[in-house]
Amino acid sequence: MRIHCPHCGPRGHDEFVHHGDAALRRPPADAPDAAFHDYVYLRDNPAGPYRELWFHAAGCHSWLVVERDTRTHEIRSVTFARGDA
Amino acid sequence: MSARLPSGGLIDRTRTLRFTFDGRSHEGFAGDTLAAALLADGVRLVGRSFKYHRPRGVLTAGPEEPNALVELRAGARREPNTRATMAELYDGLEARSQNRWPSLRFDLLSVNGLFSPLLGAGFYYKTFMWPAKFWEKVYEPAIRRAAGLGSLSTEPDPDHYEKATAFCDLLVVGSGPAGLMAALVAARSGARVILAEQDFLFGGRCLSERIAIGDGSAHRWAQSVVAELASMPDVRLLPRTTVVATYDHGAYTAVERVNDHVAVPPAFEPRQRLWRIVAKRTVLAAGALERPLVFGDNDLPGVMLASAVSTYINRYAVKPGRRAVVFADNDHAWSTVADLRAAGAEIVALVDPRPDARNRAVGVARDAPLLTGVVRRALGGRGLQGVEVEGADGRVQRIDCDLLAVSGGWTPTLHLTSHLGARPRWDAARSMFLPDRLPPGMLVAGAASGGLHTAAALATGFRAAEDSLRSLGITPRGDTPPVAGEEADAWTPLWRAPSSRGKHFIDFQNDVTTADLELAHREGFGASEHAKRYTTLGMATDQGKTSALNGLATLASLTGKTIGEVGTTTYRPPYTPVAIGALAGHHRGPDFRPTRLTPSHEWAREQGAVFIESGAWLRAQYFPQAGETDWLPPVIREVQAVRSAVGLCDVSTLGKIELKGPDALEFIERLYANGWQTLAVGRARYGVMLREDGRVMDDGTVARLGEQHWFMTTTTANAVAVYQHMQHCHQVLWPELDVQFTSVTEQWAQFAVAGPHSRGLLQRVLAPGEDISNEAFPYMGARAVTLADGLRGRLFRLSFSGELAYEIAVPSRHGDAVIRRLAAAGQDLGVVPYGLEALGVMRIEKGHVAGNELTGRTSAQQLGLGRMLSTKKDYIGARLARLPALDDPADTQLVGLKPIDCKTRLVSGAHFLPIGSPTTFEHEQGYVTSVAYSPSLGHWIALGLLKNGRQRHGERLRAVDLLRGQETEVVICDPVFIDPQGDRLRG
Ligand SMILES: [Zn+2]
Repeated sequence: MRIHCPHCGPRGHDEFVHHGDAALRRPPADAPDAAFHDYVYLRDNPAGPYRELWFHAAGCHSWLVVERDTRTHEIRSVTFARGDA
Repeated sequence: MSARLPSGGLIDRTRTLRFTFDGRSHEGFAGDTLAAALLADGVRLVGRSFKYHRPRGVLTAGPEEPNALVELRAGARREPNTRATMAELYDGLEARSQNRWPSLRFDLLSVNGLFSPLLGAGFYYKTFMWPAKFWEKVYEPAIRRAAGLGSLSTEPDPDHYEKATAFCDLLVVGSGPAGLMAALVAARSGARVILAEQDFLFGGRCLSERIAIGDGSAHRWAQSVVAELASMPDVRLLPRTTVVATYDHGAYTAVERVNDHVAVPPAFEPRQRLWRIVAKRTVLAAGALERPLVFGDNDLPGVMLASAVSTYINRYAVKPGRRAVVFADNDHAWSTVADLRAAGAEIVALVDPRPDARNRAVGVARDAPLLTGVVRRALGGRGLQGVEVEGADGRVQRIDCDLLAVSGGWTPTLHLTSHLGARPRWDAARSMFLPDRLPPGMLVAGAASGGLHTAAALATGFRAAEDSLRSLGITPRGDTPPVAGEEADAWTPLWRAPSSRGKHFIDFQNDVTTADLELAHREGFGASEHAKRYTTLGMATDQGKTSALNGLATLASLTGKTIGEVGTTTYRPPYTPVAIGALAGHHRGPDFRPTRLTPSHEWAREQGAVFIESGAWLRAQYFPQAGETDWLPPVIREVQAVRSAVGLCDVSTLGKIELKGPDALEFIERLYANGWQTLAVGRARYGVMLREDGRVMDDGTVARLGEQHWFMTTTTANAVAVYQHMQHCHQVLWPELDVQFTSVTEQWAQFAVAGPHSRGLLQRVLAPGEDISNEAFPYMGARAVTLADGLRGRLFRLSFSGELAYEIAVPSRHGDAVIRRLAAAGQDLGVVPYGLEALGVMRIEKGHVAGNELTGRTSAQQLGLGRMLSTKKDYIGARLARLPALDDPADTQLVGLKPIDCKTRLVSGAHFLPIGSPTTFEHEQGYVTSVAYSPSLGHWIALGLLKNGRQRHGERLRAVDLLRGQETEVVICDPVFIDPQGDRLRG
């Protein structure tokens, strides 16, 4: 797999560390326990487009949001996670 | 006896190569494969089959060979299951046949054939359902002798393997007419081209068939194209290179057999090279593989694919037989009839099941004795002596011959189109599977795309290159493809000859017959993936290259489905077997991963250090002196020196991270479980970091060097993970925080100076004005310092040992000089270097948790760090750390323990059980995590995790280690064994 890091350009996937769902939002401190439980333990496993976090560990150390189709590995977009909402 | 033709072929007759097969000497020529040279020397029997030990000969002339598998070389370089059809001959080559005992000609185990009813489909599953004891004692040894292919060398491989990465606009796989055409168009258009060819010569079928391209032979055309490509700077030609796998986004893996064609690779050259090729576009021109036909005893030596017969004649000038029968269901095999006749072989019959063949036969085939019908059975013992032919009129006759060339049509080589999961589609009109959905960026040309003519190959190769270039914005240059001679290719597949006696082999390599598939179908394993597992059809080194289609066709007729409905099994990488050595490359032994050396490594080596791997680091474990032959005496001596005088230890391996910015404090607050608001500039504090699930992630110290300037350490093991976690927190969770941080682990050399004389020693190396008295620089102080020579460094008053201690940090490049200065300055104070063992002993004496306790499954409460968890702030793990389960007394808690008998040694990993209870899992109450011999106490001590342990100090338990067969009575105690009040470190 090749991931186009917006900072470094196209690189082999072995330079990156996969971290899973980019849609997760850390609940506020006063959220109920259940919200933290879901945040820590519940994950979707979609067949299709999926926005996920990758860390460019052997590159610029950017956290990236990679939109990947889990069925084909087609990558539709790569953006910096910073400022992603 | 020689079958070598007096002239012709692409061999160099001026270079005679000597080799041995099963100890007998043979000769061949440069340009031969082992199979060609053996055939030239009249060797027909080359191996015994997998299950039945039937005699087998060379079937093919390429990578699909199921029979001619040999052991190459000897000693450490012995390599089993090498295809003789791919092994390039070299002088001194040693080869041995496989699977025979005691000899190839006389094989005792060929009686397996008599017991073949027992060895049918599913025999692995049925025969061994009896008691497990039978398996170990009877079946496995018997099977290991009877079945299986070659045997591995057990010595280390003396050769090197390397890895390389290449990028290109267009990767062309295969160098037949289609591949050469595609590469030429792309190269002339200025594209960066890689042409990979598994053979040692470029040309594909141009090397083995007498066809015309342009106004000369195909071979001459191929030579001129290769010469032009070789002259172009942006073309990389990779002969002896098999592209074995397709991965996502244009990544391919290829294996280059750089020096498999010599006995020993030249100095500094690898045997093989594993390529990762990243291609913007790919043209797959991998050709097609000929299919055998299924009839009785179709595995006899002397039965050979028609295309292989042509290859041996045209390319290697070897005549594989004198009296030949050609049995084919297609017109293409007529060219083999012509080749055989040109080579002077007698064509005793052309057997063709198609009633209309006679009317269409042209050229040599028209003159051949055409017999409309089928070969029912091959006849002979260790080699072919004749065939039994059944005519269309039902008449059966025996025809004597020593060669049977068979052709059941062609199967496009589609493996690389399917590695990403796409299934090929059955084209009923052309009786072949063709690619359906292609990997992005790949186009297929030539026979692989179903166009079997040379003219079609040139046209599709040309077009595939043009389309690829245009999609890249490159304007294709070059005129039209050259003209190719006409070829006959009409074809009506004959999936199976009428039943007859003898075994009808489908998979030669795994000894799978039609009867096996019938049995599999009867027993409910008729789906293609099931039949594969049940019968082993299509497994092992050839992965069904010659057998897959005939197997699917048989299943189709059994199930009443079309071949398309039966469908192929899944194609998985690699296309051909890959040596583990090539996958490992240089990453083996000490080079398995990079070794990180500490700044004081050279000095430690001079001090006689014994080193130990600690993650990627090589650290000093202990420093034995003369007369110390075991590890324990030096460790005891080092601990005693630290506790009574002063010791030096390199702690640079701790992860070091520097943070700056107005929000650095807030960031650290959210990162760690304990509070930091009150930490003054010039002070350091111990911190615990949790994961969001509430368990402990890591621990370390954080020093505040300025109002907005912080410096933290992580454990050696978690340095990378913590840094990545921090980047996640900052970039993903809290990008609004104004903080910058970076890892400085490599930038600072950091040494622990520990022991009662540490202050005195440090004063000698620091600049005269530096006041490090207890008042000026108390416990947990942190500040910049100047060394005596003006070097700037940092000093931390931290203690892992429990003694008065410091850590001094200097830029890494000065580390060696500073450790030497410290050692020299402390001579009269009794300074000693101490290693990882002594460090570990002292941390256990002090009850500090480390990797053995920070398992990722332990909570702060379990480790006795519960009071550190702040209730005044939010931080990573804050919420789930408060779940009752993480502080459940029924769970384990950190304890210390000592043996009742002072002389007994403790072992880590031992489990706690009550005295007098049965030694069963239900009574297990925890386990020993860390053990050490405490020189300070004079006996072994340990840390452990014990259920409700904090309430059980003074209780006696058993520590049972069933693996080492050891049981010790212990008494539980507080985990801090030495100086629980911490007076020494504050002194
Ligand atoms: Zn990057």
